[in-house]
Amino acid sequence: MNVIAFYIAAAIAVVTTVLVITRKNAVQALLYLAISLISVAVIFYDLGAPFIAVLEVIIYAGSIIVLFIFVIMMLNLGQRATLAEAKLLQPRMWIGPALLAAILVAELVYLLARGNTGAPAAHVISPKQVGLALYGPYLIGVELSSMLLMAALVGAYHLGWHKQSKPETQDVHREYATSLDTGGGPVRAGSGRTAGAA
Amino acid sequence: MTLAAVLFALGVAGLLVRRNLLFILMSIEVMLNAAGLAFVAVGARWAQADGQVMFIFILAMAASEVSVGLALVLQLYHQFESLDADAASQMKG
Amino acid sequence: MFELLFLVPIIPFASFIWLATVGSRTSRNAVAAVGVGSIAACTAISLLITASYLAAPPAGGAYIQVLWRWIAVDSFMPQISFYLDTLSLIMMLVVSFVSFIIHLYSAEFMLEDEGYSRFFAYMNLFVASMMTLLLANNLLFLYLGWEGVGLCSYLLIGFWYQDNANGTAAQKAFIVTRVGDTAFAIGLFLLFSHLGTLDIQELMHRAAQQWPIGSSLAVVASALLLGGAVGKSAQLPLQTWLPDAMAGPTPTSALIHAATMVTAGVYLIARTHVLFSLAPPTQLAVAVVGAATLLLAGCSAVVQSDIKRVLAYSTISQIGYMFLALGVGAWSAAIFHFMTHAFFKALLFLVAGMVIQALHEEHDIFRMGGLRKDLPYAFWGFVIGGSALAGLPLITAGFYSKDLILWQTWSSSQGSPVLWIAGMVGVLLTSLYIYRLIFLVFYGEKQMEVSHRPGWRIKLPIVVLCVLAIVGGFVNIPKALGNVPAFTNLLHSALPQAAERQGTAITETLSEGIAAISFALGLALAYLLFLKKQSLAESMASAALGRAIHRFWFADWGMDWLYDHLFVRPVLWFANVDRNDFIDSFYIGLARLNELTWRALRTTENGRIGWYAAGITAGTVVFLAIVLWT
Repeated sequence: MNVIAFYIAAAIAVVTTVLVITRKNAVQALLYLAISLISVAVIFYDLGAPFIAVLEVIIYAGSIIVLFIFVIMMLNLGQRATLAEAKLLQPRMWIGPALLAAILVAELVYLLARGNTGAPAAHVISPKQVGLALYGPYLIGVELSSMLLMAALVGAYHLGWHKQSKPETQDVHREYATSLDTGGGPVRAGSGRTAGAA
Repeated sequence: MTLAAVLFALGVAGLLVRRNLLFILMSIEVMLNAAGLAFVAVGARWAQADGQVMFIFILAMAASEVSVGLALVLQLYHQFESLDADAASQMKG
Repeated sequence: MFELLFLVPIIPFASFIWLATVGSRTSRNAVAAVGVGSIAACTAISLLITASYLAAPPAGGAYIQVLWRWIAVDSFMPQISFYLDTLSLIMMLVVSFVSFIIHLYSAEFMLEDEGYSRFFAYMNLFVASMMTLLLANNLLFLYLGWEGVGLCSYLLIGFWYQDNANGTAAQKAFIVTRVGDTAFAIGLFLLFSHLGTLDIQELMHRAAQQWPIGSSLAVVASALLLGGAVGKSAQLPLQTWLPDAMAGPTPTSALIHAATMVTAGVYLIARTHVLFSLAPPTQLAVAVVGAATLLLAGCSAVVQSDIKRVLAYSTISQIGYMFLALGVGAWSAAIFHFMTHAFFKALLFLVAGMVIQALHEEHDIFRMGGLRKDLPYAFWGFVIGGSALAGLPLITAGFYSKDLILWQTWSSSQGSPVLWIAGMVGVLLTSLYIYRLIFLVFYGEKQMEVSHRPGWRIKLPIVVLCVLAIVGGFVNIPKALGNVPAFTNLLHSALPQAAERQGTAITETLSEGIAAISFALGLALAYLLFLKKQSLAESMASAALGRAIHRFWFADWGMDWLYDHLFVRPVLWFANVDRNDFIDSFYIGLARLNELTWRALRTTENGRIGWYAAGITAGTVVFLAIVLWT
């Protein structure tokens, strides 16, 4: 394992993550997040997990960040939002969370230091091994994640629906439209369900 | 591992501070990433594939969560005309 | 015949139940029939039992009828049982007969009242309780009757409850007697804990065996019983309730507050006389209380203006005589005076009621006058009853009983000349106030017209009582005048004779003579001040000293004022301080703490995601900390 590469990538990851959470402009934050993810991918490669490194870049940095950007684009926020954001984000609001986060870090590091962490072994785990593990003992996990993805797909499709974007299908999906009208959308219904369940 | 801890803590801080829903979601991504990093590091330490397998699951889960979450953000924005998390505080009291 | 004894309290109680539940829905005639009839039955049974007793007294002089065991706890096993000896026989007979007379009277007297059935219900309950009290064989059962009569007294004083003042008077009566009742109860606790029983005869027996004369236990126990008696019988210092109790209907005042309930204290002391004999200091206290009370009440009676209040103070005074007799050991003399007092005091109250009703509820004697011709029954009733009260020599019952007391006060080994002189002064005062009353009400100018004529049910009781007030004394005539000691002999089996001192300065006859002179002096004074030269009375009353004394005596020697400042105000002040119930503030504090915590926690439930996330994080941090340090 290449220690220097690790430390450089680690430094970049930390710095960019700090920048992510402190930006006022959402798009800027996203770009920094992308960089952070890529540096983490480098670390993965350094740890001997090439397959994961690639996955990280393709899926995480590739699709998830892009998804974020699409949504921001759809929302069409504009300059006003950035200004509002600036008003919300004042230095004194950082005190509590920073404190909590610091304590958290301290505890985790303490745990790690107490624990039994030897030097990482320096060999590469090939994609083949990962595949075998996936289709071997972790088969159920695979099935479950596929179900999860299916559910997420359907959910996102349904939740992303709203009246203005699909005018031509109003006759067919009138029930959805009425539910949107009266219930105020699945968000309301969702919270109603939650309230009922609670 | 320490890095994972640091990244996770940063994600937490971001989550607590920001009120813009998008940033909250971003912080969640940061945290998930940090957790995944932890898994992979441990897996590499013990030279087993299990850490990577866990990371794959985490990845799948993060993807689905992001999609659903962003859809919800869209709905919320249309409902409340703002992305402030505090605007959706009707379940208070 | 003795087996019928239990019916004597039960019949009035049963009629109370009937009257209380069904009576208000039946006609007045039915109510009167049941109410008076039950007491008539009671009287009949009492007469039968008396006849049997006199014909063939039971062995040991007493008949005991046990009904059932009331409580059975460890060694505490009082029974519901009745005890009949000559003392309770006489008391039962007198009480039932006088009650019957008064019930008959009130059948007509209360006819216009709305609470007719309620009145008879309470009166019957009262008779039932009084009989229980008189016939009880153990002190706990007696206490039950004691409380019962107290309850009925409260209910009947506040009979016209729509007027708040009546309710207040009832409360005052109840609370003041309660003070006495508490002392009584503590005395019972003491007696039971030391002697192990409350059965009266057994108790007296054990006390005589275990406690020497003058032992402090006997003194304390008998002093506590005296406290109870003082409360119920309206003696010093608990006499303040009786004048205000005149707020009740006149038959109530006649029955309860003249003839029967107020003598319960006298009965108690007579019943437990062994205990009092074992405690000479207490017995002396009884005599002193009696003497002081009779003087105090006599003085107050001289200046009252309400006709019933004069009679109330008179009652207090006469019971003072009874206490005086008990205190010097003249037990049977006290009971003799109780009997004659029941007759003439009931008579006086009944005729007072007749006058009040005839003048449309007028109570002030200074607004009455010249009723001699219009109300002949009332006039003669007052004259006969009043003379009996004052002790007109030779022909009235009061003369014999009072003189017996006075003589034994002088001659008894526990008596003293000082007490005798007090009694004599009392005779003068008694004669003064009662003749003042008679002169003011029946002589002089007529100020109000009579508007109501009495019927036979009012006249008959008055006639009967007049006869008794004259004849009742002939059962015990002193040696010099005929020597008929029938009454004393009858009671001899229950109450011992008073021991006589040897070598006294005056004889019985001399004592009687002096009493007669005091009586005449009082009569003359009354005649002078209130009939002949009323200007003299007025000038006396309007002089500065006279005014002060008048005010002082009118207000019962300031006792009400004293109690008000000593007890009532501090309690009210404390109640005011405690208005927000600071003791309760602990619990209120708990509730408020709860509320504060709720408010605090409520702020955390604000629906903001950031807060919740912070909560989760903080929880994680804490959790990790715990994990790390354990």
